[in-house]
Amino acid sequence: MRYSALALLRGALSGGRSWQPAWRSPEPKAAYDVLIVGGGGHGLASAYYLARNHGVRNVAVLERGWLGGGNTGRNTTIVRSNYLYPESARLYDFSLRLYEGLSRELNFNLMLSQRGLIDLAHSRHDLDSMARWVNSMHMNGIDARLLSREEIAARLPLLDVSPEARYPVLGGFEQPRGGTARHDAVAWGYARAADALGVDIVQNCEVTGFLRGGHGEVTGVTTSRGTIRAQRIGLAAAGHSSVLAALAGFRLPVTSYALQAMVSEPVKPALDAVVLSPGTGAYLSQSDKGEMVIGAGLDLFASYAQRGSFAVLQGVVAATLALFPSFSRLKLLRQWAGNVDVVHDSSPIIGPTPVPELFINCGWGTGGFKAIPAGGWTLAHVLATGRSHPLAEPFQLERFHSGRLIDEAAAAGIAH
Amino acid sequence: MMQLPCPWCGVRDESEFVCGGASHIVRPGLSASDAEWGSYLFFRDNPKGPLRERWRHAYGCGQWFNLMRDTLTHQVLSVYPMAEPPPAGG
Ligand SMILES: Cc1cc2nc3c(=O)[nH]c(=O)nc-3n(C[C@H](O)[C@H](O)[C@H](O)COP(=O)(O)OP(=O)(O)OC[C@H]3O[C@@H](n4cnc5c(N)ncnc54)[C@H](O)[C@@H]3O)c2cc1C
Ligand SMILES: [Zn+2]
Repeated sequence: MRYSALALLRGALSGGRSWQPAWRSPEPKAAYDVLIVGGGGHGLASAYYLARNHGVRNVAVLERGWLGGGNTGRNTTIVRSNYLYPESARLYDFSLRLYEGLSRELNFNLMLSQRGLIDLAHSRHDLDSMARWVNSMHMNGIDARLLSREEIAARLPLLDVSPEARYPVLGGFEQPRGGTARHDAVAWGYARAADALGVDIVQNCEVTGFLRGGHGEVTGVTTSRGTIRAQRIGLAAAGHSSVLAALAGFRLPVTSYALQAMVSEPVKPALDAVVLSPGTGAYLSQSDKGEMVIGAGLDLFASYAQRGSFAVLQGVVAATLALFPSFSRLKLLRQWAGNVDVVHDSSPIIGPTPVPELFINCGWGTGGFKAIPAGGWTLAHVLATGRSHPLAEPFQLERFHSGRLIDEAAAAGIAH
Repeated sequence: MMQLPCPWCGVRDESEFVCGGASHIVRPGLSASDAEWGSYLFFRDNPKGPLRERWRHAYGCGQWFNLMRDTLTHQVLSVYPMAEPPPAGG
């Protein structure tokens, strides 16, 4: 069923009875050409591009819980491509460009809102490093401009830019094409489009082990819903990547941390850009519903608990109120955490694993929502062809042995 | 807020501590291959369950100590001095 203004009208006139489920919920078959483990954005996008770009349609996505119940449904929805190094800039800007056409392609409103993303400089050092950052972005062909304190004050009238501010604002920079998109819609849009191309989406199906062939290659998985065989398997399990790798007998350069976020009660439009303050550890935007969506830095110890510490919450609320004093009147409605897969250079891993026929997409850490289209595109490519996509070549597991790290820690920082 | 038992100061709030990551990582010799060296620097067990790690009571007595902690429940399973070998079970 195509979504359109006409379909909406028909739905309204039929009292909602004309709507159909957006995807089937089939029993898993005994075997597939390709299995994807993890029904977050990256897994669902991988399945969609396998079918759409490569004609590989005998595919299932196995999700332990519900679609988007992982980080894809828990993130602060910021999209941007303001990375420092050319390898990352190419990958993330490819992703942003896919996002720009995706609502139309998937026939699903992702509510992409390129309202601009502003990073604040609170010190002379911040100003210098942002100038360098903007220069790198220009060299990579990505939109960016430095902003003066006055320009920032005009864009963000509620921001405290006075000289007495706890964190004085000296300037900053903007990526005008940065913004937000609706996270659930990204998972659901890819799921619906993949389903329409024949992909089976199987929820409540936890992968508990791998079947191996004579050469050590994976030949299938054991799951909470039985054994399923496959020629090739792609892992897209974010914070649980190490758990799956351990089941397959190898280790990853990944540590899982809790990353938390929160929303306020909804208010009228008051904040017309995504604002990041790397120096104070706070970042926020206003959702289309009107809530202030506030994100924190990592809880800095290994965790699989999806809750996050009060100490970090307190710190980010204090920083947010120092930036926007009038928000002290807002009530927080909800707080939660996701389980993020952090690697040492803050760059992803997309490609083969030490186990034949087993491929992986992980390591997105605190910033992989923006990368869902590119992560899916490149994992699908290596699953279908056996060769890494050129955009993904620098992002192999092998770099942790060769030393060719792509250290985006500076650019990624807390800026998710 | 998570609370951790400093062997010297007793139970204190998490915000007084700094986590130093996994314990008992053994540095390979100078003849290590690239594979061994990369594994030493970057690859970690990252279990969902008991993990042995180092913590420092940074805003207290300043001392390092070892902790075995469940990464899913955050329950502390044992505390032991830096130089001691890991306890059994985990
Ligand atoms: C609070 C927070 C804020 C963030 N903010 C941003 C942001 O503003 N911008 C940005 O770009 N990124 C952000 N991120 C990061 C982003 O959310 C993630 O990088 C991205 O969503 C990862 O997508 P994924 O599909 O790899 O993982 P997930 O969406 O986590 O999907 C992995 C799935 O695998 C499933 N799974 C795990 N184990 C198994 C198993 N054994 N069998 C079957 N299924 C399994 C899980 O249930 C899960 O659904 C944020 C993250 C958090 C937590
Ligand atoms: Zn102490």
